[in-house]
Amino acid sequence: MAEATHGLGGLKYDPAKRTRAPEWNVFGALVLIVLIFEILNRMQGGSFLFNMRDNVDAIFNQQRLDIMILQVAIVGIIALGVTQVIIIGGIDLSSGSVVGVTAMVVMSFAQTALVNGNPNPKAIFGDWAMDLPVIVPIVVGLACGLLAGLINGLLVAYTKIPPFIATLGMMVSARGAARWWSNGQPVSFPTENFGSLANGDLLGSMTFGVLHWPGQNPAVVFVLLAILFHVIMTYTLYGKRSYAIGSNEAAARMSGINVDHHKVLVYTIAGILAAVAAVLLTSKNLTAQAGMGVMYELDAIAMAVIGGISLAGGRGSILGTVLGAMIFSVIISGFTSIKLDAYYQEMVKGAIIVGAVVLDQWRQRKRTRG
Amino acid sequence: MSKIILETRGLTKHYGGVHALEDANFILHEGEHVAVVGDNGAGKSTFVRQVTAVEQRSSGEVIFDGQPVNFSGPLEARQAGIETVFQTLALADDLDVPSNLFLGRELFKFKLGPFSWLDRKTMRDRTMEALKTTAVKIPNVDNPIRNMSGGQRQCVSIARTAAFASKLVIMDEPTAALGVQETAQVENIIRGLKERGIPMILISHNLRQVFDLVDRIVVFRRGRIVASLRKDETDGNDIVSYITGVKGASDAAFA
Repeated sequence: MAEATHGLGGLKYDPAKRTRAPEWNVFGALVLIVLIFEILNRMQGGSFLFNMRDNVDAIFNQQRLDIMILQVAIVGIIALGVTQVIIIGGIDLSSGSVVGVTAMVVMSFAQTALVNGNPNPKAIFGDWAMDLPVIVPIVVGLACGLLAGLINGLLVAYTKIPPFIATLGMMVSARGAARWWSNGQPVSFPTENFGSLANGDLLGSMTFGVLHWPGQNPAVVFVLLAILFHVIMTYTLYGKRSYAIGSNEAAARMSGINVDHHKVLVYTIAGILAAVAAVLLTSKNLTAQAGMGVMYELDAIAMAVIGGISLAGGRGSILGTVLGAMIFSVIISGFTSIKLDAYYQEMVKGAIIVGAVVLDQWRQRKRTRG
Repeated sequence: MSKIILETRGLTKHYGGVHALEDANFILHEGEHVAVVGDNGAGKSTFVRQVTAVEQRSSGEVIFDGQPVNFSGPLEARQAGIETVFQTLALADDLDVPSNLFLGRELFKFKLGPFSWLDRKTMRDRTMEALKTTAVKIPNVDNPIRNMSGGQRQCVSIARTAAFASKLVIMDEPTAALGVQETAQVENIIRGLKERGIPMILISHNLRQVFDLVDRIVVFRRGRIVASLRKDETDGNDIVSYITGVKGASDAAFA
C-alpha cells in the first residue's frame, strides 16, 4: 500500500498548495484599488484616505470614510440577499423594483397627520393611518418584500421558468405597482420616529484608536445582517443546502434535499432583505418615490460578482460580497475624489464589473488546469 | 439458501416502441455479490434504473427485503436501504468531502428547521473513519472536490455508498473512468463490502474484475437475462459466448 502521505494514485499532497480562500484575492483587489486612488489623489496634491487639513486633528479622512460606509450600506443589504440567490444558481433582477414598491407602501403607513400645523398634503390614507407606531410601517414593509420574494421563489421553483425571466417579470410589475400606488406621486412627511430610523445612531459611534465607526443605523443594520447571514451560510443546514443546490442541483435532489422548498425560502429572504433596504432608504430620505431603487439590483449583483460570487452558482460567500461592496464604495468615492466626471464613472464602473468576472474565470481555469 | 434480499419478477421497461428490458427475473441473496454483464444496450443500466426507481418500470414486480416495493424515486429507494453509485457522479463539486458524504443526511448540534446548526466536527471525524475503513485516500478532505481528480471523486462517491450501505449496494460501472491504482482501490472497497456481508450488484464490462469480485454472473442480451452462472462453474469464454449470442438462454444453466 502507498504511504499515508501519498494521495490517490500515488499523487503527492502538498499542503502549501491548498486552495487559498478566494476572499483573500478580493481583499487584495480592495487594497490595490485603495492604493491606486491614493496615488491618483497624491498626484493632484490631495489624499484619498488620509486627512490633509491642518485644522482637523485626525489621521484618516473621516468624512470620506463615513460617506463610504453609509453609501454602501443600503444596497449592501440587498446584495446580501442577492448573494444567496446567486449561490443557489439563481438570479434576482427584481430587488430594485421591490425597493420601489415597498418604499411607497412603507411611507404610506409612516405618515404624520399634521405638517407645520396643516393636514399632511401627501396623505394616502385617512386619519386612521396617521401617526401610527413606527413598528407598523416596518412590519407592513417587510411583509411587502416577503410577498414579492415568495412570488419570485414560487415561480422559479414550481413553474421551472428561468430565474432571469421570473424576476424580470417581478422587476417590471413591482415598478408598475410602485407607480400605481399613488398615481406616480411621491409619498412624504413621515413621523419623527420613522425619520430617525435611518438618520440616527442607535448604538452610538465608536472610536478604536485611529479608527472611527460612525454608527449610523443603516451601516449598523448592514453589518449585523452581514454577520448573521455569514454565520447562517457557513454553519447551518441552510448554507449547506444552498451551496449544494448551486453546485449540482440534480445531486442535491438525489440526496433528498427538498430543492423547491429551499429555493422558495432563499428568494423570500432576498425579498425581505430588499424590504429592509427600502425601509431604511425611505427613512433616510424622508420621502418615497416610485423611481426609488432603480438599478439597485444591478449594483447589488455587481457587488456580489466583484466579491467573487460565481454566477454559475455554488461558489462565493457573504464575506466576499461585503468585500465586493467595499470595493464598489471605494470606486465611487475614488472617482469623486479625483473629480472624474459622472459619465466616466458609470463607464469605468461597468468595465470593472466585467473585468472582475473575466479575472475570476481566468483564475478558475488556471485552478482546474492545476 | 439464505434469505432473498432482492427479487424482480417479469421486470419490463419499454421506451416508446423500444423494449429495453423484457421480463427480467432476477434474484439476489443476502450477502451475495452478483455481476451484471452484457453488451452496450443489453439492458443492464435500464435494469438498475428500474430497481432504484430512477425510472418507473412498464410492468413487473420488485420485491426488496421481503416486501413488494414501488419506490416513487431514487430517494425512496435510498431510504429503504438501496445505495447506488451511478455512472454520472452525484456529487456537489463546490462542497468538501464530509459535506458530500453527508449530503442530505447531515448531523446537527441542534435542530432548528432549515437553520439547524451543523455538527461539522463529528461529520468530519466520521468521514475520516469511513475513508479509513474503505481504504480511500483523499489528500485533503476540506478542499472542494472540484479540485480533485476523476478517480478521487469516484472514490468519494463510492466511499459515501459504502459508508452508508445498509441493505444493498448497486454500482454501475464504478471503475470505467479510473486508472489502475484507483481501480484497485475501488475493488478493495467492494471486497470490504463482501466481508461486511452487504449484498451488491456490480455492473461491469471488465470480466477480469467480475471474476475477481463476485459470486455469480448474470448476462443480459438484447433486454433479456440469458444466463445466470456461478463464478466457479463458468469461465471467460463461456460468458463471452452468452454476451455475444453464440450461446442462448436455452443453453444456460440458471444458478
